[in-house]
Amino acid sequence: MSDQDTSPPPPTSPIVPPGNIAGQAMALVVAIMSFLACLTVGGVSLVGQSAATWQSQISREATVQIRPARDFDIETALVEAQAIAAGYDGVRSARIIDREETLGLLEPWLGGGLGLDELPVPRLVVITIDEAAPPDFDGMRVAITEAVPNATLDDHRAWVGRLVAMARTTTLAGLGVLALVMAALVMTVVFATRGALAGNHDVIEVLHFVGARAGFIARQFERRFMIIGLQGAAAGGAAAVAVFVVTGFWASRNLTSAENEQLSAFFGDFSMGVSAYVGVALVIALVGMLTMITTRITVLRVLYEIDEKRADPAM
Amino acid sequence: MIRFDNVGLRYGLEPEVLSDVSFHIPAQSFQFLTGPSGAGKTSLLRLLFMSLRPTRGQITLFGKDVLSLDRNEMPMLRRRIGVVFQDFRLLSHMSIFENVALPLRVRGKDAASYRHDVTELLDWVGLGDKLNALPPVLSGGEKQRVAIARALIDQPEILLADEPTGNVDPSMARRLLRLFIELNRSGTAVIIATHDLGLMEQVDARRMILSNGHLDVFG
Ligand SMILES: Nc1ncnc2c1ncn2[C@@H]1O[C@H](COP(=O)(O)OP(=O)(O)O)[C@@H](O)[C@H]1O
Ligand SMILES: [Mg+2]
Repeated sequence: MSDQDTSPPPPTSPIVPPGNIAGQAMALVVAIMSFLACLTVGGVSLVGQSAATWQSQISREATVQIRPARDFDIETALVEAQAIAAGYDGVRSARIIDREETLGLLEPWLGGGLGLDELPVPRLVVITIDEAAPPDFDGMRVAITEAVPNATLDDHRAWVGRLVAMARTTTLAGLGVLALVMAALVMTVVFATRGALAGNHDVIEVLHFVGARAGFIARQFERRFMIIGLQGAAAGGAAAVAVFVVTGFWASRNLTSAENEQLSAFFGDFSMGVSAYVGVALVIALVGMLTMITTRITVLRVLYEIDEKRADPAM
Repeated sequence: MIRFDNVGLRYGLEPEVLSDVSFHIPAQSFQFLTGPSGAGKTSLLRLLFMSLRPTRGQITLFGKDVLSLDRNEMPMLRRRIGVVFQDFRLLSHMSIFENVALPLRVRGKDAASYRHDVTELLDWVGLGDKLNALPPVLSGGEKQRVAIARALIDQPEILLADEPTGNVDPSMARRLLRLFIELNRSGTAVIIATHDLGLMEQVDARRMILSNGHLDVFG
């Protein structure tokens, strides 16, 4: 070694050794757990959002159904029912589904080329209501059935009730899964951080014996490990967001065809709401905080053990 | 400056490695701590820089009772003690310059303020041309000198050196010894733990001899 390098020393390197295998393993484990946590957040948010959509879509409408009968002028009855419904406060509009439209609705089930007159097909009046101030359905029901005995008013309340119950159950189950995944995330982050720190005990010891304060040592490690944790979490979060975007795109391309209308009726357009993205951001922030706190506690405990070290087990 | 009163130390349930050890290290003194291998030299040094607590007895460092010392006070006391570990304990991801500067850095000093001092000290121990080398590529003697430089950089009141000539040839050992003597002349107390009789014969200094757990002080 005859190197004659007497140039000024290079910029000061970090006190904590730069990335090693343990750090990479920690980042990977944190990334995977963050990915799963973010997906769960997205899933729960999707279910919650869909439940809200179903509920509002269904409760925004009510229908009057009029069954045909012999010697019964269904067109007049429809107009009559429409007029009664439109007369109530809280009704935005009442629309008769005309022959052509009814035919269109039935076509997928019964095939084309049907004359409605040949079949005893019920006809509908769709009532759009003001959700904030719904009309008096009981009064409306009595008034309509008095005028048109063949009519029934369906305010969808039974449906909405069932859907709300189902959505609540699904959301609760989702929250339960989310809680489990978050608990696993917390533990993974804690153990991965401690594992990655284990290889640095000698560095902690040296810093300690050259007179560094505990807070100083903890800060050096905190910074490094928080960055590793955040990198892992950001990678996992980004992967989850990519999944959201791709799913949304795929759904918008494929779920618009008629056969998939039921799916899209259940899950909306599969596009993630703001809450999912907020959730991803929160997961990343949580991981950053956890790595920082875990690092601090672990370093301080290592230092405590060095300070309290006794040769004998007594006391 | 440092006082031991009836200090005893045992590892686990073994017999005491040190028993009833009492001595006083005055400021600016120079002494060898000696005894056969396994006599307890390293253990005694560890008690001195608070890397180990005694099983019994009292240790007073710079006028403070170590056993009742608050943990927050320890870093300030350690900053007054320079330690050369038998196994060096250099950080292998840092250059020699950075290793030597580490004690100053952890004290919050600015790199610009110590650059000159660190370079000068490394020159003094003969490593001025290797400032940017990493410890793993150094020879045992070079690591030894880096460890010594790191212990000295903040001008401690006392230097503890554990077998500082254990890894070097006799001529380098003489050089290092002269370095310690020079350091002592400038006011730093020095304790050199060694089982190298040849080294001790070169200086007429106080000798603390450990045998069978007991300490005898000569001179
Ligand atoms: N960490 C330890 N645990 C158990 N025994 C130890 C430990 N360190 C040293 N000893 C024992 O204490 C005795 C003194 O060791 P040491 O202080 O290293 O002696 P020296 O430095 O004089 O060679 C030895 O018998 C050694 O085996
Ligand atoms: Mg030893």
